[in-house]
Amino acid sequence: MKGLDKKLNEKEIQCLANAGLDVGEKECLVSFLQSDDEILISKTLNPGVEILPIEEALEKYPWSKEFYGKAFQILEEDFFKDTKGGYFIWVKKGIHTYFPIQACLFLKKRKFFQRVHNLIIAEEGAKVYIITGCTASYASQDSTHLGISEFFAKKGAYLNFTMIHSWREDTVVEPKSIAILEEGATFLSNYICLRPVRKVSMYPTAVLLGNNSKARFTSLLLASRGSFQDIGSRVIFRAPQTSAEVVSRGVSTGGEIVARGHLKAESPQVKAHLECRGLFLSPQGVIHAIPELETNYQDVDMSHEAAIGKISKDEIEYLASRGLSREEATGIIVRGFMDTEILSLPQVLKKEIDNLTAQTVKKGL
Amino acid sequence: MPEYILQIKNLTVQANQKVILKDIDLDVEKNSTLILFGPNGSGKSTLIKTIMGISGYEIVKGDIFFEGKSIKSLPIHERARLGIGIMFQHPPKVRGVRLEQIANFLSSQEEKIKSLACQLNLDKMFHRELNFDFSGGEMKRSELFQVILQQPKLLLLDEPESGVDLENISLMGGILDFFLKEQKPASLIITHTGYILDYIQATTGCVMIDGAIHCIGHPQEIFETIRKFGYERCRKCL
Repeated sequence: MKGLDKKLNEKEIQCLANAGLDVGEKECLVSFLQSDDEILISKTLNPGVEILPIEEALEKYPWSKEFYGKAFQILEEDFFKDTKGGYFIWVKKGIHTYFPIQACLFLKKRKFFQRVHNLIIAEEGAKVYIITGCTASYASQDSTHLGISEFFAKKGAYLNFTMIHSWREDTVVEPKSIAILEEGATFLSNYICLRPVRKVSMYPTAVLLGNNSKARFTSLLLASRGSFQDIGSRVIFRAPQTSAEVVSRGVSTGGEIVARGHLKAESPQVKAHLECRGLFLSPQGVIHAIPELETNYQDVDMSHEAAIGKISKDEIEYLASRGLSREEATGIIVRGFMDTEILSLPQVLKKEIDNLTAQTVKKGL
Repeated sequence: MPEYILQIKNLTVQANQKVILKDIDLDVEKNSTLILFGPNGSGKSTLIKTIMGISGYEIVKGDIFFEGKSIKSLPIHERARLGIGIMFQHPPKVRGVRLEQIANFLSSQEEKIKSLACQLNLDKMFHRELNFDFSGGEMKRSELFQVILQQPKLLLLDEPESGVDLENISLMGGILDFFLKEQKPASLIITHTGYILDYIQATTGCVMIDGAIHCIGHPQEIFETIRKFGYERCRKCL
């Protein structure tokens, strides 16, 4: 992106690339970049999509104030109000974006407390892919990122949100996000966290308010020694004919993963499944799967499965008999486990994320 | 002077502190097909797995030579890279690894992979995780597919026809026969039913009973005797 090299140095730009943000030659149609609390990029070349720093958006579009904090009100939850920055993405009625909207939240300075509030609104019939990369620079020791995100997918809208976390081993991260879905809306959330982090804890929630709405949460996690990842996904069903799927894959190379999942049917005629798999690649490490299903209604179809284990000797030897060394066999099994096929990604994004996952998994082993 | 691809000398193997194979001597010539008969529990699979280097089988005595070099201390993947390929009787499920990935590892010739997969009716299974929800026939065809792509100099087949219907046996038998004739690897094949003998030209047969090898001879003749009289006749022969 033009002019960015004046604001960020080469190493910092590399950090952004690690989080999936393309700052190279290829121009992105819609993008946003916030470094600590300074907004460096906020631009759109697509008239169907508005992207603005949140403070600016609330002034420019007074109606947007109605949505600010609304998701939390729906769940009767409080939220942190002393935020600075964050993005506002508004995809207008019926607009389909093929190229993903890129947003990046970057920690640059030492001991910085970044606290953002994002608001994403997909109007009726809109279809949009968003990729958010959150990352920390080499100099941002002991920083904290707090991210509040509210998603509104209106009637029949399709909102595909991919978040890649690429922090430092001393970063503390607390995202809080809620998605509200109207009738026939779809919300797909992909979360990828493969780099070391001191602590990340989150429990993003989707509330299915309208009939025939759907949510899907997928997480790919890798916890190296010293990392603690407490990652949950919650879906609350408040209308019939709604469905959801939560899939989580966690690899521990010595760190701790708590994989939570909560499906709560507050309506009949709900279909939901929760799947959690954990893989140990080190004798150290902790994986704790906590799947929860909750309802008062009989007319629901809810299930979960959870499995934790290590790679068996039989699997390694089987692959070895085809000529793969122990390292190659382990690598191919782990890459398969962290399969990006399970993510709901558009083709254009899939390749990049595949490469990113392959590289990180390789380094992590 | 015949050229041997595999020579087993005075081999004694134990598993779980129990001796399974006793003082075995067995030579496999290049480009030959050796059929190993024997009742359940006689040690046939142990022999094949020991040649491959699968863990749990400890060589107490003796040695295994592949192309004249001892392989008994080599890890499995090095044996595979030297040219030993195995078709497992009960391959494990490998979560997350698709048949396609293994095929691409074993061969860089896309066309060849495709055509072999088509011949073995595996083209629709490419994206499936290895051995997950594979039927008996699919599992065997996938094993044969992989081992052929590997182009081994020595093929170890552990009951290639068990759990497979006749249609699949005929399909696999034809492809195996073509591979043996075209690439001319040596092979060591365990068979119970003997069905596979209808499709390939076996050179030698031998019978293994209680961990020892007996009665090396013509494979069809040995099979006929076993079919008529069971392994009891072989035992009396000892």
